Amino acid sequence: MVTTERGNGAIPVQTRKDFTSDQDVRWCPGCGDYSILAQTQRVMPELGLPRENIVFISGIGCASRLPYYMNTYGFHSIHGRAITLATGLKITRPELSIWVTTGDGDALSIGGNHLLHVMRRNVDLQIILHNNEIYGLTKGQYSPTSAVGTRTKSSPEGSLDVPLHPVTIALSAGATFAARGLDIDSQNLPRVLQAAHAHRGTSFVEVYQNCNIFNDGVFDNFAAKDVRADRTILLEAGKPMIFGKERDKGIRLNGMQLEVVELGRSGVTEGDLLVHDPTIEDPILHIMLGRMGYPDFPVALGVIRDVIHPTYDQLMIDQADQIIRKMGEGSLQELLREGDTWTVE
Amino acid sequence: MTTTAKGSTNGKGSQQGHIQELERVTIRFAGDSGDGMQLAGTQFTNTSAVFGNDISTLPDFPAEIRAPQGSLPGVSGFQISFSSHQIYTPGDQPDVLVAMNPAALQTNLSDLPAGGVLIVNEDEFTEVNLRKAAYTSNPLEDGSLKSYRVFRAPISKLNSRALEDAGLGLTAVQIDRSKNMFALGLMYWMYSRPLETTTHWIDEKFGKNPTIAEANRRTLRAGYHYGETTEMFATHYHVPSAKLKPGVYRNITGNEATALGLLTAAKLAGKTLFYASYPITPASDVLHELAAHKRFGVRTFQAEDEIAAVGAAIGAAFGGSLAVTGTSGPGLALKSEAIALAVTVELPLVVINVQRAGPSTGMPTKTEQADLLQAFFGRNGEAPVAIVAPATASDCFNMIVEAWRIAVKYRVPVIFMSDGYLGIGSEPWLIPNVDEMKSLDLNLTTNPEGFQPYARDPQTLARPWAVPGTPGLEHRVGGIEKANITGNVSYDPENHNTMVHLRAEKVARIAQDIPDIELDGDATGDLLVLGWGSTYGVITTAVRRAREEGKKVSAAHLRYLNPFPRNLGDILGRFDKVLIPENNMGQLLLLIRGMFLVDAVGLNRITGRPFTVSEIENKIYELVGKPTAARKA
Repeated sequence: MVTTERGNGAIPVQTRKDFTSDQDVRWCPGCGDYSILAQTQRVMPELGLPRENIVFISGIGCASRLPYYMNTYGFHSIHGRAITLATGLKITRPELSIWVTTGDGDALSIGGNHLLHVMRRNVDLQIILHNNEIYGLTKGQYSPTSAVGTRTKSSPEGSLDVPLHPVTIALSAGATFAARGLDIDSQNLPRVLQAAHAHRGTSFVEVYQNCNIFNDGVFDNFAAKDVRADRTILLEAGKPMIFGKERDKGIRLNGMQLEVVELGRSGVTEGDLLVHDPTIEDPILHIMLGRMGYPDFPVALGVIRDVIHPTYDQLMIDQADQIIRKMGEGSLQELLREGDTWTVE
Repeated sequence: MTTTAKGSTNGKGSQQGHIQELERVTIRFAGDSGDGMQLAGTQFTNTSAVFGNDISTLPDFPAEIRAPQGSLPGVSGFQISFSSHQIYTPGDQPDVLVAMNPAALQTNLSDLPAGGVLIVNEDEFTEVNLRKAAYTSNPLEDGSLKSYRVFRAPISKLNSRALEDAGLGLTAVQIDRSKNMFALGLMYWMYSRPLETTTHWIDEKFGKNPTIAEANRRTLRAGYHYGETTEMFATHYHVPSAKLKPGVYRNITGNEATALGLLTAAKLAGKTLFYASYPITPASDVLHELAAHKRFGVRTFQAEDEIAAVGAAIGAAFGGSLAVTGTSGPGLALKSEAIALAVTVELPLVVINVQRAGPSTGMPTKTEQADLLQAFFGRNGEAPVAIVAPATASDCFNMIVEAWRIAVKYRVPVIFMSDGYLGIGSEPWLIPNVDEMKSLDLNLTTNPEGFQPYARDPQTLARPWAVPGTPGLEHRVGGIEKANITGNVSYDPENHNTMVHLRAEKVARIAQDIPDIELDGDATGDLLVLGWGSTYGVITTAVRRAREEGKKVSAAHLRYLNPFPRNLGDILGRFDKVLIPENNMGQLLLLIRGMFLVDAVGLNRITGRPFTVSEIENKIYELVGKPTAARKA
């Protein structure tokens, strides 16, 4: 990843405007994607990257329109395949900062296979999954993250499929970075995006995104402003897991289970609480934290996991370099003449 | 030891050691898939090539890596034809069949003409093996092989004896595995081949394992000496060197030539080659070959599936690499949506299809030409691509470089239509001098002044290739229809109509940039035999034979299929009849009839094997009448 600092002379000072394309944004008024786009455009100038080195690649779906609105290089590809294009681009152009914009249907249904493989390879990409638990662009069918019983045009009696859990899938497939944000959370989401950029390897970010047309308020039970403090927890590295409007609740490990405890009750002190460590190699605790959900637990926001593993793109370069160091660069003409040859006079 | 027949084809000389000169010989090695027949065939090929014969090969093996030992589905074969003059096919029928077990005899005997030489490993003709091969009686004893010249050799026993006494400490399995080398040595003696090429290969291959190397050398020599010292073969044969164009040659398969052509194209462009593929028979060898050549500026990516492979290639193409994805028919079907994306974003991409017998899984190790219409039309919407097809194994090198030239110049996906026969078949290749080849100009756009992502080159209609990392050229592409020039998303009806026509016109204009189709034979006549792809050898041979019979027949072979060469319509009109032989149900035929209103007829055999020369020759005579004079030899 390019590490050139902003303002060092190589890159002119950039603002959000520099990252805003001249295209009219065409999402439905009130869509959570507007907020995600705004935070993304806001974060970009702070990354210190030359604009021409940033690429947004998407699949199909409402979220996947995002590249058109970013004044960077962009590729709006086909359904489910953004990760494949991003992988090919990163392998061949490792100096680029590549962001994949995807949705729950795009990443987990039609593109589910690629999501698993990019995680295990640890290609240095940022994957931002806008999860609205619905198919919006096709006008409101249930998605692979819809809760059982979701009533839609394609499931009038309620959906039967058990939903996939994006963060669990990412972590189980070997993700080295997983984080979560809320579309309208202008405090945490930019920080998560920055952390995703800072991480070397595949950064997986799930963003709960409200679809106000087909699935309005689906996250309200924990994300609405008045309940958010009590029903979500912001995970911060090195800090005890405390949440609540009054900062009076915490997460404790009891045997193999997480539990919510109230500080000051039954002698529970801050010292009893889990301290968040996103760098633990074993992903089990991260998976448990990622799976916490309303009503039994607060929903975890922030960076859940951030461990350092070699990246696929770098390993590929290293392999080639090693061979060249050992054997020298190849002479094509010699290669063509390899093996048994004979001369016809 | 029994020889049921003795002597040579012309009845000359029956004393031991007599050498008879032949123009051309076709040998088929056949045995269990664990018997190393492909290896024996390849070694015989390389030795003959180095010796200076022209060669052509046809490996034929089962999809199962190890079908049950001795069973009929487990038979693996390798046919090689070698000659003192130029040849274009691996031979319709073998002159010699080496059958290492009853199953190999059962599955291959029908191809051996009466009077042909049959060498059998008699040790394997046990009751169990005969039963596995569905023989009710032993063909070596029941007289059913009377019309062949049968040579029985106890190859397994002789091989064991040669190795057991050597004190190499080999296991019975290791010893048994070497028997292909014994058979090979025997054939080397019979056809006066030197052992050096193979012994050199053994030294390289088993350098780290001197015991195995010694075993292989020993049994190879044992086979050779067996031929020399026994009275089994009255005659052995000599096939002199062929007169080929001067230069340095090597033997090459189509898949090797494809891989080397890709590396060469990348070198000519001064760019990294990116090859993304998912393992599939018979295309995987291209991946293997390239994966071994990282020193030559190639990155290979074994993707999680066919779609990921083409997706990664398109991503790499967006980044300015020479991006290729390789597959076979079913994989091409999976890639079709993404290829249409490459059509609409107008990026250079090469897609290799090493065709195999379909539909569905079909017969993965067998050849076919039935993906032509898939290449032409197998995408949603109006999604034209350029299509090229190599005619021979070594031609894969030229045509993959051509595919790149077209892809880059016109910013268009090019499908390269090889097939199983070309991919694994081999022939001598006159090694080109890379320094003398024309460089490949990628013509990347760097100037932001007035940049428009869908501006058009007036001659080629190509749009700019503006790659990430270039300041001031930030732009967005995608599968949604784009406004011409600006590249903005557009649902404008007239713009869509314009873009559909532009994409078609762009491919059509490639015709201005490709060579005319050439005629083999007179410029006019009674019959034109038109082919494409791997049928080149059989068609050329059949047409030349028909001409020798006085028939007014010419051949023309299409290496460029979309667009067709500009003079094709003219050529078609100069002949009374047009015959199009294809290993499909008439796909080129449909296109030619539809596009040129020519009443062409097809010859369509879909057996998983290439045509034989005589199949085509017979069809020619059906159309222009049987030859009157006696056939020349």
